[in-house]
Amino acid sequence: MDDIVRMEHVTFTYPATDVKESFNALNDLTLSIEKGSFVAIIGQNGSGKSTMAKLVNALLLPGEGTVWVNGYDTRDEAHLWDVRQSAGMVFQNPDNQIVSSIVEDDVAFGPENLGVEPAEIRRRVDEALEAVGMSAFKRNAPHLLSGGQKQRIAIAGAIAMRPQCIVFDEPTAMLDPRGRKEVMRIIRQLHEEGITCILITHFMEEAAQADRIVILNDGRIYMDGTPREIFTDRDSLMALGLNVPMAVDLSYHLHDLGIQLPAGIVEEEELIEALCPSK
Amino acid sequence: MSIEVRNITHIYNKGLPQESVALKDVSFTVEDGEFLGIIGHTGSGKSTLLQHLDGLLKPDEGQILIGDVDITAPKVSLLAVRRQIGLVFQYPEYQLFDETVAADVAFGPRNLGLEQEEIDERVRESLSMVGLDYDKIKDKSPFDFSGGQKRRIAMAGVLAMRPRVLILDEPTAGLDPRAHRDVLNMIRTYHKSQADSIIILVSHNMNDIAEYADKVLVMDKGQVRMHGTPKEVFARSAELREIGLDIPDLADLAEKLETRGLHVPKDAFTIPEMAQAIARQLRGGKTDPAAEGGEDA
Repeated sequence: MDDIVRMEHVTFTYPATDVKESFNALNDLTLSIEKGSFVAIIGQNGSGKSTMAKLVNALLLPGEGTVWVNGYDTRDEAHLWDVRQSAGMVFQNPDNQIVSSIVEDDVAFGPENLGVEPAEIRRRVDEALEAVGMSAFKRNAPHLLSGGQKQRIAIAGAIAMRPQCIVFDEPTAMLDPRGRKEVMRIIRQLHEEGITCILITHFMEEAAQADRIVILNDGRIYMDGTPREIFTDRDSLMALGLNVPMAVDLSYHLHDLGIQLPAGIVEEEELIEALCPSK
Repeated sequence: MSIEVRNITHIYNKGLPQESVALKDVSFTVEDGEFLGIIGHTGSGKSTLLQHLDGLLKPDEGQILIGDVDITAPKVSLLAVRRQIGLVFQYPEYQLFDETVAADVAFGPRNLGLEQEEIDERVRESLSMVGLDYDKIKDKSPFDFSGGQKRRIAMAGVLAMRPRVLILDEPTAGLDPRAHRDVLNMIRTYHKSQADSIIILVSHNMNDIAEYADKVLVMDKGQVRMHGTPKEVFARSAELREIGLDIPDLADLAEKLETRGLHVPKDAFTIPEMAQAIARQLRGGKTDPAAEGGEDA
């Protein structure tokens, strides 16, 4: 099969509490994610993005419909660990996902729980730390690292599980620009190595790096396409309160001022080329 | 009221093996009514500096004058200072605590010893300033709202103190694009509504700093590296990159266009301004932006 994740008519309802009515975070959502792809999920707060992420990792189970991960139905308890081993997860706040006081122990935590052989764990931990460029810190204490470095350790922990897919839920939201770039570079590299990457983000320039963008609104798919297809539809994005890349917005305003530019400009380089053609 | 920071130095763990200099001989002035942006890489001393401005930390050397009060003097009443200064920490929604929205927002003004009527008025006004409807939400628990709404409630609690100096540390972190703009516009509304109030905004987002701030202070390794208007500061792009900072997207575009022979101003920090500037250049310097278009690039 070619899809690593398949959601069919998934509805997820958060139950009512004393003070709040129940509500559907996802409404009859059907979505497939192809093996090896890099998909960005965007949408306003409350659009269902994080609920979707937790369904992929079986942290939540669908109320209606089915979620298939690597061929396993996430409701099938006998395969819970197969699901979690297939789809790793990296959350927003690195401080909430680091469990050990030494970097390499933290990265080893996942494979240890899978019952992997010690020699194999050693190999995986070394490889995972190498992949995120943190080998030099393997004996350090995680709490003394920067936010970006901690997030790289959290990613190494996910990689050490040898997942086919990693869901990143706003992994850069709490990082400074340098930390954000480091994390994005690692995500792109993992994608190139064949791992399916699902990236939830509020940063449009990060979403623009994916092969495909899915926009959620009220628990439904609002748009689904390539970054170019999505970002050239400025009006639909603005209607949802989302941003468009600078080049798109600037082209739109230039057009209003009567400056003719080719259609479909998304990247800064394309705009520069249109404004000052190189000869 | 102005703020004057004179030669402050702060050393963490002084005398211990892990001693580190967080601020070193920092001096600058913030004028009445100014909107100051502070930028700097993680660990550059920004947060330590903010904590000094609110009197949470005392410098090892130097003075800070807020209006004519020296808040670093030995026996100064910090209460009087804190009545003037509102500090919105990172992720302020984690500091909500009361049972109802109204009680949470009223906490500050109540501690100021205001009359009930005045407190109610301020709670209503600050909630409206952050775009929330007092009558609809006053009796609800602040914990029943989404992250973005909680942040607004927390900010309303600070605005209800009507601070003369409003300091905000990364107030838009983690918000979606619409909430991000809303929060910045709220800060601007507050700034305009309080005559001569000072806003100090710490942010990693250079686009926001360029668009909103009158002056920018660049911190690096505990020292002031630059201090000037956004135009002056962001023109020094090579130096900024050297200390790990970016320049605003539009300033970056202006630089690239310049190398390709299209001269546009470096201080067009909003998309409509930049579009106007580019259009003018393409039309050969004619100044009327509403002139008929059609001249191709």
